[in-house]
Order: sequence, then C-alpha cells, then structure tokens
Amino acid sequence: MAELPNLLDEAMGFAPGSAAPFPRGGVVVLVEDCVETSGAFVLHHFLKRALSSGGGGGGAVVFLAFAQPFAHYDRLLRKLGCNLSVQRKNNKLHFFDLLEYPGLRKGNATNRGFLDLYREIQRVVEGCSLQEDNKGCVNIMIDDLSFLEIAAHGSMDDVLDFLHYCISLTSVMDCSLVILNHEDIYATEEDHELLTHLRYFSDFLIKVGPLNTGLAADVHGQLTIVNKEIFKDHARPMQKVRNFHFKVKENGVETFYPGSRH
Amino acid sequence: MAAARGSLPGASRSSSSSSSSSFSRAALPSSPSPHPPPPQQSPSPGVKLGGGGGTAFVSTGIPDLDRILGGGFLLGSVVMVIEDADAPHHLLLLRSFMSQGIMHRQPLLFAGTSKEPRAFLGTLPSPVSSLASSKEERQRRGAAGADSSAQDQEKNLRIAWQYKKYFGEQKIGETQNRDIEQEYSNDFDLRKPLERHFLNAQEIDCVSIQDASSLAILHDHVSSFLSKLPRKDGGFLNAGRIAIQSLCAPQCGYFEKDWDILSFIRSLRAKIRSSNAVAVITFPASVLSHSFSKRWQHMADTLLSVRAIPDEDKDLGKLLTGYQDMLGFLHVHKVAQSHTQVPLILEASTYSLKLQKRRSLVLEQLNQAPVEASSGTSYATSGSCSSSSKGSPLDF
Repeated sequence: MAELPNLLDEAMGFAPGSAAPFPRGGVVVLVEDCVETSGAFVLHHFLKRALSSGGGGGGAVVFLAFAQPFAHYDRLLRKLGCNLSVQRKNNKLHFFDLLEYPGLRKGNATNRGFLDLYREIQRVVEGCSLQEDNKGCVNIMIDDLSFLEIAAHGSMDDVLDFLHYCISLTSVMDCSLVILNHEDIYATEEDHELLTHLRYFSDFLIKVGPLNTGLAADVHGQLTIVNKEIFKDHARPMQKVRNFHFKVKENGVETFYPGSRH
Repeated sequence: MAAARGSLPGASRSSSSSSSSSFSRAALPSSPSPHPPPPQQSPSPGVKLGGGGGTAFVSTGIPDLDRILGGGFLLGSVVMVIEDADAPHHLLLLRSFMSQGIMHRQPLLFAGTSKEPRAFLGTLPSPVSSLASSKEERQRRGAAGADSSAQDQEKNLRIAWQYKKYFGEQKIGETQNRDIEQEYSNDFDLRKPLERHFLNAQEIDCVSIQDASSLAILHDHVSSFLSKLPRKDGGFLNAGRIAIQSLCAPQCGYFEKDWDILSFIRSLRAKIRSSNAVAVITFPASVLSHSFSKRWQHMADTLLSVRAIPDEDKDLGKLLTGYQDMLGFLHVHKVAQSHTQVPLILEASTYSLKLQKRRSLVLEQLNQAPVEASSGTSYATSGSCSSSSKGSPLDF
C-alpha cells in the first residue's frame, strides 16, 4: 500500500518502506497535548506504525491504557488499517487494561502497585526480545501519564521512579517509550517539575496544539516536533524543530506546512 | 413508529394562554392521544442510535443542545459542565438533563450539595406539551399567512391561497416530524415544576455530598447504580443517568482532597465506559487550582461551560443582536466521540442561552454585528481584484 509521505514520520526519521523499526529502539518520545486539541491521534499513528513497520511484520507493543478500554483502540485502529485483536492474539500487542487498576489505588501501597506493574512490563519486554521475528524492537506506550499520576495519588516521586525504570528498560532492552501527557496541567510553577523532568528524558518532543486563529474545519491544529538526538547517529544533522499543521482523518493523519494548502 | 410521545397529560393547559384564532384551528390534524404508553420498545424512545454501529445517545433535555452535539450525550461518556462562579446557570442544564431522563423513565442517580437532595427534584421543569407547542406554532404561522394574503391584490390572492394550501400540508408534515423528535427530547417549561407522580413512579436515587467526609458513599451508590445497567452490544434497552452537582464544592467534607476526587472520577469514568449510562458532573472550576481544573477537563469526554452575562454590559449589547433576551453563554469545548479519532469541529463553539417565551431554553449562535474597524479597505481591494479576473476569496 503506497502511502503519502507524512511529515510526522519524516520528522521522526522514518522513511516509508524502510526495514528499520519505528520508533527506533532506545528512543523516548513525549507527546504533549492540551484540552482544546487531543494528541491521542499521534499515539494511534505510532501504534499502527510500530505494529506494521519494519521487516518481518513489525515490532511488539506494550500498551498501558489508562484512558480508554481496549474496544476503543480496536475500533479506531481498525479504521487505520490495523487489527488489534489479531495482533493481540499473535502476541504482538500486549494490552494492559489499566482503566481501573486496583493495585495503584491503595493509599500507601502505591509503590507496590507500580512495582508489580513494572515487573509485568519487564517480563513481557524480555519475552518479546527473545522472540526471533521481533528483531528486538519493543515499544512501550503510555496513554496517558496524567492518569498514571492519579493512580499514584499525585505522588510525583512514584511516577518519576516508575518512568525511570521504564526508561532504563529502553536502554537495556533497546525498546522505545512513547508517553502521552497533557501540557496545560503543568502551567504553574510548582507543578512544572514533572514536565521538565520528562522533557529532559525525551529524545523527541511532540507538541499538539490548536491553531492560534481558532477553530477550523480543514486544519485541526499544529504539531511542533523537537528532535533532540540530531547528532546521535546521523551523519547529516536533521532539522531540529519542525512545525506544521495537521488534519486528523479516519484513516490517518494528514500533515502539511502552513499555507501549503487552500 | 408508534405514538410513544413523552408529553405530559396535564401539560396541555398551557395552551390556553396562547391567543386563539379560529382560522388556524381548521388546519389542526386529528389530535393524537396525549397519554403516553410506557416505552417498552427496543431501542426505547429515550435512546437514539447514532450513525456508526454501537453508538447511542440520550437527550440532553434541550433540543438545541442535542442538535449541536450531534444527537445528545453519548452513552458511556462523562460530561462535565464548568459552572459560572456567580450564577447557577449550570443548573439549567442539569435540571433539563434530569427531567428528560424522568420523562423517559430512565433510572436516575442524583448527588447534590444540599442536605436534602430529594428536594432538588421538586425544582425540575415540566415538559411543554408537544400538542400545545405545535398548535401555537401553527397559529403563529397561520396568522402570518393570513396577513400576507390580505395584503395581496385579488389577482394574487388565488395564488396565495394555493400556496397556503401547499404550505399547510408542509406544515403538518413538519409538525409531525416535530412530534417524532419530541419523543426523544422535550421542550421544558422552566416555570412549571414536574408533577409529583413522575417523581414517585421513578427509580430515583439521591445522595447528599454535603458533609460527606469521603467519596466512599457516593462511590458505592454509583457502583450499585451502574451495576444494574450493563452494556450489551446491540441491545440499548434502557439508559441510566447520573447527575452530580458541584462535585468539588467547598462545603463537601472531602474538599481539598483533590487526588481523591480525581480517583473517584477516574473510577466513575471506567465504570461508565462499560455501562449504559451517562454521567453529568458540574463543577466550580474557580475553587480548584488551575492545574487541577485542567486535569478535570482532560477527564471529561464532553466538556461544556456556562457563563452568565454581566448586567448591563453596554459594549456587549452593542456587539450582539438579541442581547437583551440572553441569559448567558454556553461554550462547547469538547464533544465526546466514539468510533473515530477525528475531532468534531463545530460551526461555533459559543452559543447564547435564551429563554423562549420566558419558559423554554433555546440555544442560538451568536449574531455578531460587523465590527467597523475590521479593514474595510481590504474588502475594497479584494473587490477591485475580483472585478478584474478572479472571484474574491473573501465570500461573505
């Protein structure tokens, strides 16, 4: 299936048809959105890419779903051309339904709950890495971090510890981590700490926001992608910050530079 | 479809207040029975199936809001209404939502901030009988038609009559459509309280959240309420409604336990997803910190806010037409979407709340008077462009 070049993929260093897994191993991607414009579509896009790109039928995904039930993702990804139920059966998708994860909600026992969750993730990631056809590429996706914070009862230390563990997994097991979070929650000074930590960890920062000019039917918002690993393994440095508009569609996302469309 | 109308038997007396014109009465169709048979069909009249398979809506109780939101509140979603700090406009939405549920005999759970939450039920509005409203409509139109025909000359009169005959048919068709719609959503008369027998016959659970030291009681009520409404694919037999008034109000004992409240909403959200119900939560955003207010808003599937109009704002009065009839503004921030990742972009996000004939709530798009300073010159230049070769890109 020939796909149109997508600025989002391009900015992330992904070429359609290449055998490289997407997102690359060892990469931490932070997606930030706000109340006006949901960034969930970026996650859906990555989920589809992760499951289908690369040689040998794509990599494995560990999906921590705090925000929506499985049926929701299943319906949406089906329209994107990706059958999650089948992927789940084939042990490609490891779906953690954490809408009501009880282990994280017990007063002082939050630490324990996170520990159990982490152990589970670690077990799955190690299991995936052993399989031949995955080519060692596992993606961990969190949808979304604000629910993780609620599950941790607002304990930032617990959240950061948990993320540290996950990030250490990315370097040890060469998997990638995609986190969806809401930027506008951390607008005031004292709440800003978690966000600055997260931004520091991340290799890619994707900001999803509305247009300054307000609502539009043709343009749903703008994306800003900050690439922090430009000098890591590219001979030719890539453009550091990219900014473009997007329109979310049923079967994908359309991206274009401002003013390039009528 | 069977005549399962949500109209109230006693409500037709409101029609007596309307001006009576013998002219329009002749055009009345055979009046359907105002007594509603209990809704037993599947799907029940209170539930409307959406375009995509598996989506279902319940009415908000305000027909205009139903239209704006693309059918009503989505089953399985959490609706949040940000309150105005000074005026209780959110109660208009909450009351309409609850009344509509009662009209459809849907189970209702209400959590209020007062000591006696059941007393709040006494303030719910009663529906305007669809018969009366359609009759009024017809009278209005009929009178207008009579005027125009009287003004016409004799030669045109015949044509006007023909036209009126045709128009009358169309009118009847229209009113029939209206009647069908009103099964799903009623117009409510905010001045008239709902009759007692509706409240007694209903499955209504009331909880007071004042003085509650924790949310455990409310949580238990919600759990037991939702456990009776499991979601079955295809079968939308009945839908439940949860209305929570001012969840984070300062008079509640758990106020300042921000994370507790968020955990509660999280668990409510998770439970709602797997049941046939809608939860409407109103909350005063001004008592929350900015960060928590945003967290709340992110949890909402549908996010609305109401704002009162400050008294005698002359500037605004100049800017907006029909300003004197407005009660306030309703903003639509987010609309719940299932089965799609495409956001719903509305024509407008701000609507004016008006009371029609001082009783039923209508929403209208704002009619902005043109601002003079907005570059009259640029229009002129584009006009000159269009005269030369191509059409003007600015098409107003």
